[in-house]
Amino acid sequence: MDYEALGLVAGIEIHQQLNTREKMFCACPTLLRKFDERNGEFFRYLRATESELGEIDLAAKEEMKHERLFTYYTYDTTCLVEYDEEPPGPLNAEALEICCTIARMFSMTPVPQIHTMRKLVIDGSNTSGFQRTALVAFDGELPNAGTIETLCLEEEAAQRAEGHTFSLDRLGIPLVEITTSPCMRTPEEVEAMARYIGMALRSTGRVKRGLGTIRQDVNISIRDGARVEIKGVQELDLIAEVVRREVERQKNLLSLREELRERKGAVKSEPADVTRVFSKTGSSILKKAPCVLAVVLEGFGGLVGREIQPGRRLGSEFSDYAKKCGVGGIFHTDELPAYGITAEEVEKLRVSLSAGASDCIVLVAADPAKASCAARQVISRAEKALQGIPEETRRMLEDGSTAYMRPLPGAARMYPETDVFPITISDDWYGRLPLPELLSAKAERFSREMGLDPALASQIASSEQVFLFEQAAASGIPPLLAARTLLATLKELSRAGTDVSVISDEDIMAVLSAVRDGKAAKEAVPAMLDALAQGRTLDQALSTCAPSLSREELEKIIRKIVEERRSFVVSRGKGAVGPLMGVVMAEVRGSVDGKLVSEILSKEIARVLGK
Amino acid sequence: MKGGISSGDTVLSRIGRTERTGTFITERDGMAIVKLSSGYNIGLPRDHLSLLARSEAVPAPLISVAQDDSLPDLSIVSTGGTIASRIDYRTGAVTSQFDADDILRAIPGLRGIARFQARKLYTLLSENMTPAIWTELARAVFEEIKKGSTGVIVTHGTDTMAYSAAALSFMLDTPVPVVFVGSQRSADRPSSDNTQNALCSARAAVSDLGEVVVVMHATTSDDRCSIHRGTRVRKMHSSRRDAFQSIGVPPLGSIKYPSLEVTLSDHARRRREDEPCLKDGIDDHCALVCFHPGMKPTGLELYSGYRGIVIAGTGLGHVSSELVTAFRDLIEDGTVVVMTTQCLHGRVCDRVYDTGRDLIRAGVIEGEDMLPETALVKLMYVLGNTADRDEAVEMFRHELRGEYTRRSVNGL
Repeated sequence: MDYEALGLVAGIEIHQQLNTREKMFCACPTLLRKFDERNGEFFRYLRATESELGEIDLAAKEEMKHERLFTYYTYDTTCLVEYDEEPPGPLNAEALEICCTIARMFSMTPVPQIHTMRKLVIDGSNTSGFQRTALVAFDGELPNAGTIETLCLEEEAAQRAEGHTFSLDRLGIPLVEITTSPCMRTPEEVEAMARYIGMALRSTGRVKRGLGTIRQDVNISIRDGARVEIKGVQELDLIAEVVRREVERQKNLLSLREELRERKGAVKSEPADVTRVFSKTGSSILKKAPCVLAVVLEGFGGLVGREIQPGRRLGSEFSDYAKKCGVGGIFHTDELPAYGITAEEVEKLRVSLSAGASDCIVLVAADPAKASCAARQVISRAEKALQGIPEETRRMLEDGSTAYMRPLPGAARMYPETDVFPITISDDWYGRLPLPELLSAKAERFSREMGLDPALASQIASSEQVFLFEQAAASGIPPLLAARTLLATLKELSRAGTDVSVISDEDIMAVLSAVRDGKAAKEAVPAMLDALAQGRTLDQALSTCAPSLSREELEKIIRKIVEERRSFVVSRGKGAVGPLMGVVMAEVRGSVDGKLVSEILSKEIARVLGK
Repeated sequence: MKGGISSGDTVLSRIGRTERTGTFITERDGMAIVKLSSGYNIGLPRDHLSLLARSEAVPAPLISVAQDDSLPDLSIVSTGGTIASRIDYRTGAVTSQFDADDILRAIPGLRGIARFQARKLYTLLSENMTPAIWTELARAVFEEIKKGSTGVIVTHGTDTMAYSAAALSFMLDTPVPVVFVGSQRSADRPSSDNTQNALCSARAAVSDLGEVVVVMHATTSDDRCSIHRGTRVRKMHSSRRDAFQSIGVPPLGSIKYPSLEVTLSDHARRRREDEPCLKDGIDDHCALVCFHPGMKPTGLELYSGYRGIVIAGTGLGHVSSELVTAFRDLIEDGTVVVMTTQCLHGRVCDRVYDTGRDLIRAGVIEGEDMLPETALVKLMYVLGNTADRDEAVEMFRHELRGEYTRRSVNGL
């Protein structure tokens, strides 16, 4: 696809959790919990409130169409601040420092005085009904002439456990939000930019790692299209695909609009009650519903069922809008007869509404209030199809297609957080924040200074253990040993069933230092780490996995092994060194360096052969 | 207006090499606050701003509130508080600014319960409440009842709501419900408890109750409100929704949410047909003194000339031996001194230990299981209604509005 010709413009918002000791506005740890560790539940209703300018946000209004009860899980690691039962504490200074460090890495201009705001979010993910957020810096620089518009410090929302139930452990973890300008022109550029920013953030060593700790939102539009924000892209590998599919969706919606205009398409502004048409229907949904409403879309016949994105039709968009009223979905005549609705019923429906074959009829079935709300949502979305593409917030589906979430929120959703004092950023403090070395620069340095293979250097630089690796290398541990232990040994142990999560960084450093100091052979590293994982002390691990041996003792052991296998040695000659190495190493259990073993073994074999 | 730029004007903000347009909000502590088009507020030095365009004043549309004539009449008397609060641009903090009409607009569900008469008496934070305002409040509520209201709702800040509820309990003998309500979490947040509290209070006000009560959240969830007797309720938490608790007695009842089904217990006073009675005298020359180790007798000289003192003593109702003489002197000078317990739960008994007996000999009155705050308000009330000390003491010893019980029931 020629994205330039289509006028693709894209920007990204990156949300990265910060690895602070405490949460953004309380002293709770930033710890994720398992749902079954919860110690209680409570429930609340949320409703939209006016901003200080007296407006209600469009996105909030949409969520309010259907009043919902939200349930929250609590833990021994959450407090009354997450319950929205206590005012927030002061903004976390550690989080602000990390944020400003990141801002400085991108040469951004800090805001002179930071004001915490409440961003109205009433989908239940925040107990208060808003997410606290503060604008920290403006105007940053990115590679390839890209630019960052803003950097904000936000509190993380609660995690959805299921349906309308949320878990409070994640609520309040600080996160940095970086919003680029719409400076990207191809799907690949978007992916590359997201990768670069993610790498820069990880370079601080102070951000959380792992699945769900970084999320990307993508803003996309094409010429004559509309700005659409796609939320929650977690895997970077999907980001380009999401962009491609959104371009496709907008392109298809635009050509759909042209076709509708040619057909003189129109939307009847009032839904019609067709409950009686389906009084004897075989469709259990329609039969059960107290009220069935129909929306007549003139000239839409065949277009509602047309695919606009893999797995998505205009009908899917109608359905998403209708669901905001609490209905399960919609039916439309492009997909009928089906679902127990017969061809005769469709015909009866068309006749009763004087609708022709070129028209499409959308059905919603629910109690009268919900059905009316849902029908109006369909009418509103259909009218937008005649105009073009609505500005929307959408959520990513598994394969990279997207579904409607809510209208783009506006400034009306921002309200000052009156319980948090503003913070003044001094130029002097900001200017003296130390800048971390980028991971990409680290990789080059590891290769250049430590002689690591460039691929290995890059692998260790982008791994979570990069800072531990640097610490190890700085303390004189051979870089290759450190890299191999961190990248391979731990994984192998884990695969073999060892719980490596209990092995601390200090444990790893102690084991590697023992090798460096000649107290153990590098071959003993896996066994020693395994012993530590089993709860042994370092001394216990050393004595069981690497008992100290004098040279004489070692020579004695090797001589015995060689004597016992004399015929093998004679038949294999010098080639016996390799196979016997393993036997000796197993016997000495990693207490001796392989080089020394090899040296003595060769000597002993030579002695036997020389006889 | 500051330096030619006033709230609502469009301004250009310059920060380093960055420029952004926004709306000037206010100036606070030497920093100009600007709302950017993204909705974010930032603070910056005043001289970083330049005026782009004046704001066009748009009058807020007045939406008339249609009411259903077939429903019972309720009066809302508003004194302020978080149930009707909004942000104050001067300080950036939440203050109470709404009138009672705004409450109706903010909580549309109220219109399905009753027809409301709104009366804005005060707009104050409840820490600024005074005994003189209790008198005004009692008169206003009395007038509403006389006019034939089915019930009266008093919106009130939560900090001193229990004091005001106790004051009205004593001053006003009411045949209809007088319901105090507020909210612990500000009305400007989507999670505010104000909607549930307001709806439950309205339902309580049309219920079969006939006394002064407080209606607030019963739990941290949005599931029900408790109805508390005005003389037995206390704010027991600084911030939680379920801060209000009945002490020493069970609540008078509860209201389920969102069904608004009311349950009243047997000991709740019922609605009656008789006329309301108002005795609005109050004497604020009274004090509540919380005893603590190390308290100096000289500190009590401050209270010389006071007509009444309530002591929140330790345990069964004690102060240090050193202080007994000081209290005896005050009593001899005509001050009524009442003992309550800072334990809040349980009864005063000054007949067990020597210090207690000394206090009784000195003329200290045992406050039974009355809350210290309720005892203070009751003392102000009795002294406000008689100039005679002995008569006041006699009145104080009587149970007037369920403020104490003679039986301490286990489990409360």
